[in-house]
Amino acid sequence: MTTEIMPPLIALKGIRKVFGAVQALAGVDLEIRTGECLGLVGHNGAGKSTLMNILAGTLTASSGDLEVAGVNQGKGYSVQNAGHLGIRCVFQELSLCPNLSVAENTRIIHPVLKGFGWRKRAGSLIMDQLDRIFPEHGISSSDIVGDLSIAKRQMVEIARAFTVTDTDLRLVILDEPTSSLDAQVADQLLAHIRGIASQGVSVILISHLLGEILQVSNTIAVMKDGRVVDLRAAESFDRTSLVEAMGSTVVAEAAPRRDAVPASAKGEERVHMRPPGQPDDQSIRAQAGEVIGFAGLAGQGQTAALLSVYDGHGVLPSTGGEAACCFVAGDRQVDGVLPLWSIRKNIGISSLKRLRSGLLVQGERERELAEAWKDRIGIRAPDVEAPILSLSGGNQQKVLFARALGSAADIVLMDDPMRGVDVGTKNEVYAIIRQEASRGRTFLWYTTEMEELDYCDRVYVFRDGVIAETLSGDDITEEKLLLASFKQVAEPA
Amino acid sequence: MKVLDTLTRNRPWSWSFLAAFLTWAVTAAYISGSGGLALASTALSFATFFVMVGIGQMFVITLGPGNVDLSIPSTITLSAVVAMMVMGGDNAMILPGFLAAIAVGGAVGLFNYGLIRVLSIPPIIATMSSSFLVQSSAIALGRGVKIKPPSVLEWMSTAKVLGLPILSLGVVVFAICMAVLLNRTVYGRSVTAFGQNVRAAWLAGVPVERIRYLTYTLSAVLAAVCGVFLAGFSGGSSLNMGEEYLLASIAVVVIGGSSIAGGNSNVPGIYGSALFLFLLVAMLNTFGAAAGVRLILTGLIIVGVVTFAGGRKESR
Amino acid sequence: MTYLHFFTSARFWRGALPALSLTFVLLGVFWLQPRAMSYFGLNLLFNLAVPIALATIAQMFVIAVNDLDLSIGSFVSLVACIGATWLNDTPLLGIAALAGCVLVYAALGALIHLRQLPSIVVTLGMSFVWSGCAVLLLPTPGGAAPDWIRALVSFKPPYVPMPLIAALVLALVVYFGLMRTSWGVLMRGVGGNEKALTRAGWSILKLKMVMYSLTALFGIFAGLTLVGLATSADANIALRYTLLSIAGVILGGGEFVGGRVSPVGAVLGAMTLTLTASFLSFLRISPDWQIGAQGAILIIVLALRAVVNRLEKR
Repeated sequence: MTTEIMPPLIALKGIRKVFGAVQALAGVDLEIRTGECLGLVGHNGAGKSTLMNILAGTLTASSGDLEVAGVNQGKGYSVQNAGHLGIRCVFQELSLCPNLSVAENTRIIHPVLKGFGWRKRAGSLIMDQLDRIFPEHGISSSDIVGDLSIAKRQMVEIARAFTVTDTDLRLVILDEPTSSLDAQVADQLLAHIRGIASQGVSVILISHLLGEILQVSNTIAVMKDGRVVDLRAAESFDRTSLVEAMGSTVVAEAAPRRDAVPASAKGEERVHMRPPGQPDDQSIRAQAGEVIGFAGLAGQGQTAALLSVYDGHGVLPSTGGEAACCFVAGDRQVDGVLPLWSIRKNIGISSLKRLRSGLLVQGERERELAEAWKDRIGIRAPDVEAPILSLSGGNQQKVLFARALGSAADIVLMDDPMRGVDVGTKNEVYAIIRQEASRGRTFLWYTTEMEELDYCDRVYVFRDGVIAETLSGDDITEEKLLLASFKQVAEPA
Repeated sequence: MKVLDTLTRNRPWSWSFLAAFLTWAVTAAYISGSGGLALASTALSFATFFVMVGIGQMFVITLGPGNVDLSIPSTITLSAVVAMMVMGGDNAMILPGFLAAIAVGGAVGLFNYGLIRVLSIPPIIATMSSSFLVQSSAIALGRGVKIKPPSVLEWMSTAKVLGLPILSLGVVVFAICMAVLLNRTVYGRSVTAFGQNVRAAWLAGVPVERIRYLTYTLSAVLAAVCGVFLAGFSGGSSLNMGEEYLLASIAVVVIGGSSIAGGNSNVPGIYGSALFLFLLVAMLNTFGAAAGVRLILTGLIIVGVVTFAGGRKESR
Repeated sequence: MTYLHFFTSARFWRGALPALSLTFVLLGVFWLQPRAMSYFGLNLLFNLAVPIALATIAQMFVIAVNDLDLSIGSFVSLVACIGATWLNDTPLLGIAALAGCVLVYAALGALIHLRQLPSIVVTLGMSFVWSGCAVLLLPTPGGAAPDWIRALVSFKPPYVPMPLIAALVLALVVYFGLMRTSWGVLMRGVGGNEKALTRAGWSILKLKMVMYSLTALFGIFAGLTLVGLATSADANIALRYTLLSIAGVILGGGEFVGGRVSPVGAVLGAMTLTLTASFLSFLRISPDWQIGAQGAILIIVLALRAVVNRLEKR
């Protein structure tokens, strides 16, 4: 190298990534220096995980350059290259083999761990790291990963990323590493990150817990819609400016989002459920015509509560009977879309019994139903006979809304359905939700987006599977929500 | 536009008819004269049995990956044995015999479903385990017993009208009913949704457990009915009568253009591929190919068809 | 973890089930027929278990990568036919044919992986191909096993009967290879979490091809042992091995998906299934019920396992 100044460890230049019709990354420029800890924040679908996958070699960029220590890696950059360059990644969904032991899982990322005595070497490698990062972890190297708790699995995976055999560790990417860890263990990890960064290893930390990011990062990059929209030293951010940069506080609209009718004036009670293990006397109640929000940090039991209601728990017998509830999925591909079908059939599936005459489902009536909802909810498609996969993500989501709202169900359960949906679509759907509520439907709405709670009459904040706080009306503010979200575990300032 | 759409969407099954026609044409040209028509009539007769079990297997396969009924052959045998014993060669007992066979099918279906549900084991293992028991029962019941089918049943299974076997006409009507069941009823739609994504189907309001139960029962009952007709057709039950139907039932589904990954099936293709499978064997026989060559070719065609039809690509 | 804790854990019971089932059936046999408790008695009881155990191990490799081989029975039959004809008459041709079989299996593994095909349909189709080849090779039962194979399988070591030694060696060799070596870890990892291996830079394609080749290799061992014991072959000689081998793996504590397999358990499972047949005949129950009893044992063991798993969840 001839340059006087050390090149950055990693330089991403104009990275773009396209999945089918969806642009996940729209030209990202980013640099990481040796020994730097970069915090990466942004809403779901902002492109953080995609970017990290490209850096780890598990995805190939559609265009753009990736330079490591000043060397352009070109098109053939792969997982092996990343490994040889000392780049490790802890992915959001765990990459351990549940049928193998902790030591065996360590061997998987280290091709040199072979031959006589490999098991012992693998075991001591991983145990050293576990002992260093998470003292008192209570894990043995011969434990089968599938038998461990989720938190311990996450600890194993994190520790594994820090094990070193033949190549020096240069960059560790941690994508939501603390999602299953309790606060004390998470602090151990954060302390380790600071320590290792001071020894010259770079770290990229992705977390939705802004406190963590502010606590350990030197630099913070904010991503939005597949771009880095802000990149500054960590000191120049505080929680509020970070939230603003992520773009979550949209200019307030003039129109009232919540109607002024008091709860007492609404319809009959439809749902009354206590989450199992609820320590106090709080419980979920919902009346006809109400929009009820489930809030809190991601994955605190909101979806489980929705599914439990879907299964009929807590649904009062006066409501609709068998098909009292319908469900709008958030994870479209896993929970919602029936991929081989047209829009018409995807909408009709929840209303088949009403579309029969005699024993047969009447295609024409199904078509009318689908057409009506296509117009009302604004599904952008040439025809309801078009395959659902030909639609963009937002329009697929509208089909799922049409399926639920087109059914006869009185209670509509929504599992954070606006993930990765554009603003225009969101506003259209919000309006319809209010309309349907005023016609007497009940909505239970799990959302991770603050502004959506403005549409709710009452909000239950979840923490560890139970209700931490019930907020209603004007009490629903971001401060109170954040406070309630961390109720049991105080976040360090 | 709509016509074109319909044509392209229906294409997967038209191949099987094309293949059946070509094999028939080649064979008919070789044997010349009226032999071709006789061959067609025989093909219709034999295809009947493939179609009956194939449709049951199709509904099961539609349920998606891992769903396949391996107990069909043993159910055919057991129901045939039971029906022949109940009928005892007496025409008056035909109806009770059929009912007994259907009861056998219903019991096997319930047992299969129970194993899948209670032991939470994959359907392949469940239907395989139960097939051990069913086959053993059939052997124990039927060994050394050779009862002729009642004359009316024999007539029903073999008689012809205008050169066409009656039974095959009946099965055409039956296949049409099954196509309607698959495409136009709540049950059929539910099965198809189940096969595309069980969880999504459940969250869309499909009663998935009931659908699974009904489907495994339907498959077993159809196998049972097939067993009775097969016994009538071949002059009584025999202990290995179901053997060839394991591969055949799966093969007609795959060759017929139904997706082996589930969620996308069609009935006409089953008919086309049932005819094709029979005619293929007939053609090879006509050309004097050895039994081994016939087997190899059948196997390679199945592997070839799944390879080109492809599995389910990972979405995302 | 204390020892007491270990002995009450679900993991222990899952692992112990195969050995317990075998002991149970074996005790039953000894109780009914004390003379079986001798060198020759044991030899007789377990002779035919060896090829079944080999076929079960073959099946286990495929199950370890979340696939299923419905053609292993006809494949073993074909190998037996090759053993009784080409391998005896023109050994080089025989060896070449067997090597070709391994390549075909490796290619099947590649095909199934690359096209994401359901293994059951592909192998069901292949079962016809293998059967067809076997029928072409040996249209009527006959042929003769090579002398060296016959000598090998009828070898009588002192004190311990050959089948028991063979089963022990088989179990230990495969246990060591699959469960203890660093390469075995990767092979089992495919069944556990393909994505984790891909992310670590391993080629799933190669690993699957290796596993399918191992299936072929052990299928060949099974066929040759079988032809040595039977001294002649026929194209249908081992058709029932398909279901027996699957049942053996499951009996032996293997899970259907997720790469959780146990070589020792699989060998024990195969031996249990073989013993069941003798057990029934000692009970003077008609051999008609033999496969029924095998099915029943399978269901009982699966039910016990379901109970263990449910207790564990609690």
